[in-house]
Amino acid sequence: MDSSGISVVFEGFNLLRLLNGLLVTARIALISVFISGVLGIVLGIVMTSKWKAVRSVCRIYLEAVRIIPILVWLFIFYFTLNLELGGELVSIIVFSLWGTAEMGDIVRGAVESLPKHQKESGAALGLTYVQIYQYIIIPQTVRRLLPAAINLATRMIKTTSLVVLIGVVEVLKVGQQIIERSILEVPTASFWIYGFIFLLYFAICYPVSLLSKRLERKWQS
Amino acid sequence: MDFGFIIQSLPLYWKAAQLTLTISVWAIGLSLLLGFFCSLILYFQVPVLSLIVKIYIEISRNTPSLIQLFFLYYGLTQIGLKLEAELCAVAGLTFLGGSYMAEAFRSGLEAVGKTQIESGLSIGLSRSQLVRYVIFPQAFSVSMPALEANAIFLIKETSIVSAVALPDLMFIAKDLIGMYYSTKEALTLLVLFYLILLLPVSLLLTALERKVRYGQFGN
Repeated sequence: MDSSGISVVFEGFNLLRLLNGLLVTARIALISVFISGVLGIVLGIVMTSKWKAVRSVCRIYLEAVRIIPILVWLFIFYFTLNLELGGELVSIIVFSLWGTAEMGDIVRGAVESLPKHQKESGAALGLTYVQIYQYIIIPQTVRRLLPAAINLATRMIKTTSLVVLIGVVEVLKVGQQIIERSILEVPTASFWIYGFIFLLYFAICYPVSLLSKRLERKWQS
Repeated sequence: MDFGFIIQSLPLYWKAAQLTLTISVWAIGLSLLLGFFCSLILYFQVPVLSLIVKIYIEISRNTPSLIQLFFLYYGLTQIGLKLEAELCAVAGLTFLGGSYMAEAFRSGLEAVGKTQIESGLSIGLSRSQLVRYVIFPQAFSVSMPALEANAIFLIKETSIVSAVALPDLMFIAKDLIGMYYSTKEALTLLVLFYLILLLPVSLLLTALERKVRYGQFGN
């Protein structure tokens, strides 16, 4: 194996191009994570509603998103909406729909796992409604859902790599372009480029999942 | 919606579904095996090996499956390790699934209380008896929901193998859209076939879970 092949990553503007590609991935991931976070909290609260019909509708939405692979959802939205929107916007829509469903389930789980007497004890102490939420419900719920929510974020970051398959030019696509251009001079280019992208994703996801694990351990006690 | 076209394409999808299913079965089976051994290594804290397993789990869980597959299929061929596309898909999905299964097994093993093990020892069970009659049944029943979720996850994850030119369901759908512009029909069939694959598995696993968790639920 020609170990000098790694230079293909750093040759010319290659590194810059790869990082620019990563920026596209990051943009899709960040926007979707943000939208999912906000809408997911709303959905999660709605899912704890008293009305069974509301709960069922949310449940159907969640299960429908879950049972079909994300790649299939990307295809469905891409081929039915693509005329007006680009691949990037389609991916953001799909990832937000998916993330909202998953986040909703996490929030629902966290809210429901909170014992009822917490709220009642607060009321018995004479706290106002706002105070109960401010000091009792929200801090405890956040502790329960944050590790899972961060975990979901890493899952979403990882899954954004699929957008290359609906024609978004992101880090993997840029990698392919670089490989195609330099394959004659550097036969091992695909090993180094894909290996580099592999490490890039790891470098992003590992610290985030470490944070989630640490928070979980800290708040469990 | 062109129903004639749908009927015509059914055999194509049927064949593709078989490939998706074959890859899924292999990937799930091998992931279970790999995950089981990894979890045992972690549980018994085998020196050196447990460090390797830990590193493997972190790498596998923190990188996208598509990139793993690309690296395996396009990257490693360049340095002399050439795999068939099917083998590559199974290997890639096992690499991904193994770590998820390992975590599921490990959480089950860790959930078995210390008192359970001590009680077993105090009534004179041997080490292998302890593992067989006390630790495994309890650990397995705790791990079951996570194992199931991982199995479904792996079946869904097979949708990426079309990226290494394997004619699975995704591939056929993409092909039909490209050749005949029959977007609506191709996508409808795609969803339908995934539902046909995934819904029974999901129901079957729920039933299985009830059976395995019998010990926890009681009569």
